[in-house]
Amino acid sequence: MNTQIRSLILARLGIALITLIIVSFIVFAATEMLPGDIAQILLGQAATPEAVAGLREAMGLNDPAFLRFLRWMGGLLQGDLGKSYANNMPVADLIGGRLMNTLQLAAVTAIFSVPVALFLGITTAMYQGSVYDRAVNFLVIGVISVPEFLVATLAVLVFAVWLQWLPALSFANDVQSFWELLRAYAMPVITLSFVISAQMIRMTRAAVISTLSAPYVEMALLKGASRPRMVLRHALPNAIGPIVNAVALSLSYLLGGVIIVETIFNYPGVAKLMVDAVATRDLPLIQTCAMIFCLGYLILITLADVIAILSNPRLRK
Amino acid sequence: MAMSFPTPRRLGYRLNLVGMISAAVALTWAVIAVIAPWLTPYGPGEVVDFDYFGPISEQFWLGSDYLGRDMLSRILVGTRYTVGISLAAVLIACFTGVVLGMTAAVIGGWYDTILSRFLDALTSIPSKLFGLVVVAGIGSSIPVLIGVLAVIYTPGAYRFARALSVNINTMEYVTAARARGERTLYLIRHEILPNITGPVLADMGLRFVFIVLLLSGLSFLGLGVQPPNSDWGSLVRENIGALSFGAPAVIMPSIAIATLTISVNLLIDNLPVKIRDRSE
Repeated sequence: MNTQIRSLILARLGIALITLIIVSFIVFAATEMLPGDIAQILLGQAATPEAVAGLREAMGLNDPAFLRFLRWMGGLLQGDLGKSYANNMPVADLIGGRLMNTLQLAAVTAIFSVPVALFLGITTAMYQGSVYDRAVNFLVIGVISVPEFLVATLAVLVFAVWLQWLPALSFANDVQSFWELLRAYAMPVITLSFVISAQMIRMTRAAVISTLSAPYVEMALLKGASRPRMVLRHALPNAIGPIVNAVALSLSYLLGGVIIVETIFNYPGVAKLMVDAVATRDLPLIQTCAMIFCLGYLILITLADVIAILSNPRLRK
Repeated sequence: MAMSFPTPRRLGYRLNLVGMISAAVALTWAVIAVIAPWLTPYGPGEVVDFDYFGPISEQFWLGSDYLGRDMLSRILVGTRYTVGISLAAVLIACFTGVVLGMTAAVIGGWYDTILSRFLDALTSIPSKLFGLVVVAGIGSSIPVLIGVLAVIYTPGAYRFARALSVNINTMEYVTAARARGERTLYLIRHEILPNITGPVLADMGLRFVFIVLLLSGLSFLGLGVQPPNSDWGSLVRENIGALSFGAPAVIMPSIAIATLTISVNLLIDNLPVKIRDRSE
């Protein structure tokens, strides 16, 4: 039994690893499609053909694409992320602090939104079909079907323009007190929380409702158990696997959301760095940022799968 | 003999009120996308207001933008880009995805395994990131946008169609057709496709919403439709400066996006179960 689980999880991790290699190939290929000669772009229009040829040789641009891919991969594995084209600084230095900022934002959002979303998801399942359930559902569909920047725009309109509780589109770098920190974080966190909570509420509700149709829950109903007791004692323990799975999956929506949110609120994170790198066509920086995001995403969805395997014996065939 | 169109009534389907309203809203946007140039009160690029971020007035129904251009005209023309690009992308994505999904289910074996693995790898790149990287690489133009959006949403359509087709593939009539010696092309066109059409169309609607959202997101980041043309996402981006005054220039395009996506979502949600889950 235990060895079976272990081999299943190992197989899943193997798939994740293969996926990561394919993904890195796609990221490399996509950034290689850039038209124009990088050496020429770096040196400017006035450069002599000899200088351009020399730089091409020095950067190894004359080698076949596959060889460059291998070299790039090798560098990544050894922690050598290359140098930024824009200012010649090592990519690792550029990313270091930014990564912490993004992780911080993600962590605060998760701590804030997971309990709220679980509460709403479970209670709406408990009172399925009630006015409360329908109101929450309507809101959730509303949030899911609009772009993230719209949620951000609305948050700014409500909290900064009409209520004037929070500063609008600025993220102050010089945060002095805890209160200011809270105010600075509030808007990005609120926006991101809306985006990922909507997914989480929907999936949690569906997970609980699907266990509610099990025979043992019906039995509890026939014994005369109250609705909360039926859901909390009988249905919920068996829905925990799918719920945790749903949480991990929803957290992967953070990655998409964070790109928009960091741009709007001018938050100094990896996503903002990447969007700026796209504007300046700074390839090594784009590649590394893209790999960081793909890695994070892959970790989250693999985690979701592993939890699903652990919690559901039927997947262990 | 009179022509008989397959109207909902003849097929025995009925749409509820919410479904009908959302269908009407979505249809209105589609019609506007086609006839936009005849509706605009001003040229979309003309500076007509002396004030910028003007309020709603009798002259400018939806206010004016950061250069004093008429917002209503710009939104109407923007409909073409948002709806047109998304529609083209969703058609390509679903066609490719469904054809590949059906063939994978029918042929099976190595073909299925390799295709599934590769497309799964594609889904493990966050969609917004993929769009960002490719558009950064090739540069943004309308064909590139359509292509990128189609590539991003093909794996999902493939997975959905494959899952449905695998179920159909085990039916007796498919086995019978196989035993008759029918080719793959016949199998997917005459045995599989008619049985998955309903759910696939519903899935296409949802995918359309995702594509509209992603396109707006990319445009909002400045990587989508490029000036002087603008879709709804770029309209929000252009006028983001109006946010702190709460001017209509930034609110109206946002509302346009929301009405389109919410109405399509609600329409799919309220489709008769008969169409949505025919293979269940």
